[in-house]
Amino acid sequence: MTDIATTVPRPLADADSAARIERRYRQERRFRRIGLAAICVALGMLAIMLITIVSNGYTAFIATEVAIDVTFDPAEVDPDGTGDPAVIGRANFQGLTRNALRAYFPDVSGRTDRRDLNKLISVGAPSTVRAALLENLDWMGTTQTIWVKAGADFDSFNKGQIPRDVPESDRRVNDNQVSWFDQLAANGRVEKRFNGTFFSSADSREPEQAGIRGAVVGSFFTLIVTLLLAFPVGVMAAVYLEEFAPKNRWTDLIEVNINNLAAVPSIVFGLLGLAVLLNLFGLPRSAPLVGGIVLALMTLPTIIIAGRASLKAVPPSIREAALGMGASPLQTVTHHVLPLALPGMLTGTIIGMAQALGETAPLLMIGMVAFIVDVPGSFTDPATVLPVQIFLWADAPERGFVEKTSAAIMVLLAFLITMNLLAVLLRKRFERRW
Amino acid sequence: MTFTLLTAVLLVLTMLSYRLGRQRVLASGSSVKDMHSLPSYYGAYVALWCGIPAFLMVFLWQVLEPQFLRSITLSGLGDTARALSETQLNLLLNDIRSLASGGILSREPDAAMTEAAERYSTWRNISTALWAVVAIAAAIGGLSYGRRLVNPTFRARPAVERVIKIVLIVASTIAILTTVGIVVSLLFEALRFFGKVPITEFLFGLQWSPQTALRADQVGSSGAFGAIPVFAGTFLITIIAMTVAVPIGLMSAIYMSEYASRRFRAIVKPILEILAGIPTVVYGFFAALTIAPFFRGLGESVGLGVASESALAAGVVMGIMIIPFVSSLSDDVINAVPQAMRDGSFALGATHSETIRQVIIPAALPGIVGSILLAVSRAIGETMIVVMAAGLAANLTANPLQAVTTVTVQIVTLLTGDQEFDSAKTLAAFALGLVLFVVTLGLNVIALRVVRKYREKYD
Repeated sequence: MTDIATTVPRPLADADSAARIERRYRQERRFRRIGLAAICVALGMLAIMLITIVSNGYTAFIATEVAIDVTFDPAEVDPDGTGDPAVIGRANFQGLTRNALRAYFPDVSGRTDRRDLNKLISVGAPSTVRAALLENLDWMGTTQTIWVKAGADFDSFNKGQIPRDVPESDRRVNDNQVSWFDQLAANGRVEKRFNGTFFSSADSREPEQAGIRGAVVGSFFTLIVTLLLAFPVGVMAAVYLEEFAPKNRWTDLIEVNINNLAAVPSIVFGLLGLAVLLNLFGLPRSAPLVGGIVLALMTLPTIIIAGRASLKAVPPSIREAALGMGASPLQTVTHHVLPLALPGMLTGTIIGMAQALGETAPLLMIGMVAFIVDVPGSFTDPATVLPVQIFLWADAPERGFVEKTSAAIMVLLAFLITMNLLAVLLRKRFERRW
Repeated sequence: MTFTLLTAVLLVLTMLSYRLGRQRVLASGSSVKDMHSLPSYYGAYVALWCGIPAFLMVFLWQVLEPQFLRSITLSGLGDTARALSETQLNLLLNDIRSLASGGILSREPDAAMTEAAERYSTWRNISTALWAVVAIAAAIGGLSYGRRLVNPTFRARPAVERVIKIVLIVASTIAILTTVGIVVSLLFEALRFFGKVPITEFLFGLQWSPQTALRADQVGSSGAFGAIPVFAGTFLITIIAMTVAVPIGLMSAIYMSEYASRRFRAIVKPILEILAGIPTVVYGFFAALTIAPFFRGLGESVGLGVASESALAAGVVMGIMIIPFVSSLSDDVINAVPQAMRDGSFALGATHSETIRQVIIPAALPGIVGSILLAVSRAIGETMIVVMAAGLAANLTANPLQAVTTVTVQIVTLLTGDQEFDSAKTLAAFALGLVLFVVTLGLNVIALRVVRKYREKYD
């Protein structure tokens, strides 16, 4: 482009027109700066959003753990001396864990104080202790130091999310608890460790116990259904419309329809799923199967449009050569045109899948918004997906869920970036220009 | 389990028939050169004859079996069941079904139920076995029939291609079926709603409080379905979003296409497009966590009361989300303006910005308007940002600092949680959905038409 603005103006005799020129160039520079500013604002917003999420979320990948000395008294854990894991597993581990904590703070007495003390460790601590004992049955009769998760509030406190220097009444942890916690910390009994629970467990009411595994698996099942339905149907529809369809009103209607369907709000697809798939066909609520079907209908237009574009890019000479060699029209397409167009179709499909992975609204309509503590095992199990999990956690009142939400967003964005990079690489690797 | 097994058996039969068909034509003595089609087409032809009828049978069975079992079970229950209402009957049938499969029941089973459960499981076994036999018989019958037709002069390829073409046509009509499904289901439920609430009240009423009373004396739960406040809230948030998105999007599009160097474009354009790829639930979280408290704090510092779920916060964040839609669509139309028009303007001594403002923008205006309309339809249909950052109560206000609600928020609130399908409350969601669908569709049709007309002018 010719750069008009930077050419040096020739000195003009008339002072008036010199001033006018000067004004016009000023305007020019201002306009250009406004344009740059607009881009900067957009990029700045993106940066602020990503920074907010990362700075809120990175702490979720580490968890505060507390060491407690648990005494496995055979009289309490296994009174009959059976040594049978099934019997041992039923022992009162909550009592054991609390006693261990209480033994460390012998001066704490009174119901309220004891309750406050118990809050230092997670309610999931007994099951950690239980799992540890069942793995090492020879611990029976000994005292072992076991690292358990700290309670959600103390996790936040230890990470500095609950400030120390505010009045007790404004804090979710009281002064007593702070002094106990400091005492533990001073003795090296508090550590920040990698939070494996976040990746290995499903949803929970307790922030420190909650993980994204259930949601990731649910998303995986849902996307498998979407892919299996949308990809073949999308490719076939694109092939028919681009290669075989006669130009008539019916195909025109299909074309207009596909373009409009691509712009229908996603929540309307959720209404369709609710009215037709759940109420009319009686498919199970909250199931990845139904979610997958709804998302497939939603991504179908994207895949068809991308597929048609890449079929259109294959030059007619390829078709003419194949037809000239005696191939039938269908053979021409399946043997020659389709393989050449497939990379472009795959790119479109991956982008469509990435959209489907981030979609929340239609899934709320078909009940994938339930609180589910189990990792789904099949296509018809109740499940939730990653974006819905983010929505649920964002709504949760506990302070500990803020970092979990941000961390789940980071995981979701990581998946999306990977998928989009894959699409870009595919395009770069196989793109052909004729 | 039986279903998986049956499908596997049928698949094996289909593959077998492919081999048999191929072998038969090869064994006929003539060389491949003399056959009408390649041997694999004869195989495929027989496989189609084997597979299609068999899988059609399986499909029919899947559709008809529940109905069949239901009537068998009911016929034995006698008059007690006939007196029950539809919902109670369904509950009873559910219990019988779970009794038969050893699931959890909602009541103690009595003698009649146990008997019904036994009959249910007997008949289910019989029908499963029957249909398995029928499907396999259909597969074998189709196989032998198709195999008989195979000979070297048979035109197998056109026959196979005809079937494939039909499959392709069916695939391409799924898009139509989806639209029909959306329209019919929305219309059907919305008409049921308008049977309970007059359409004039829905479209012009000023009160929206869809909570129906649990107790007769409850306050504020009369169940008013005047949707004007909901439409007004949607409108308000859309306007705020567009006041953010249009200037920023348009100016960045202008800078990108007119001023930016190739390198700058190559780097910044993909980054801007990240904004379009971020899931909306992330924007919703950002709005609720960062932007809303920011605006509230700002309001407090100048002495203004800003609601924590203000329309402003939701609208601004939605505007940020929409920037890339406006900018990339406008970018396309600005690039489509012929270079000759720019050159003409420069030749007359106009500066670059004068050229843009007085030549390029007017020339590209229809396209820009089209892209803004598309962005508006996007904003109206956007759900997660408003669900997470806008309010639930329907206030009829034009004040962006207050909380308003939108069509999509109401649909989500009405349809998540427990639902009864005959209450006006749930049906109202479908009426709102219908309005949403019609409005966004209308905007799209207009926008696409405007854009297309503009393209034709310069192509």
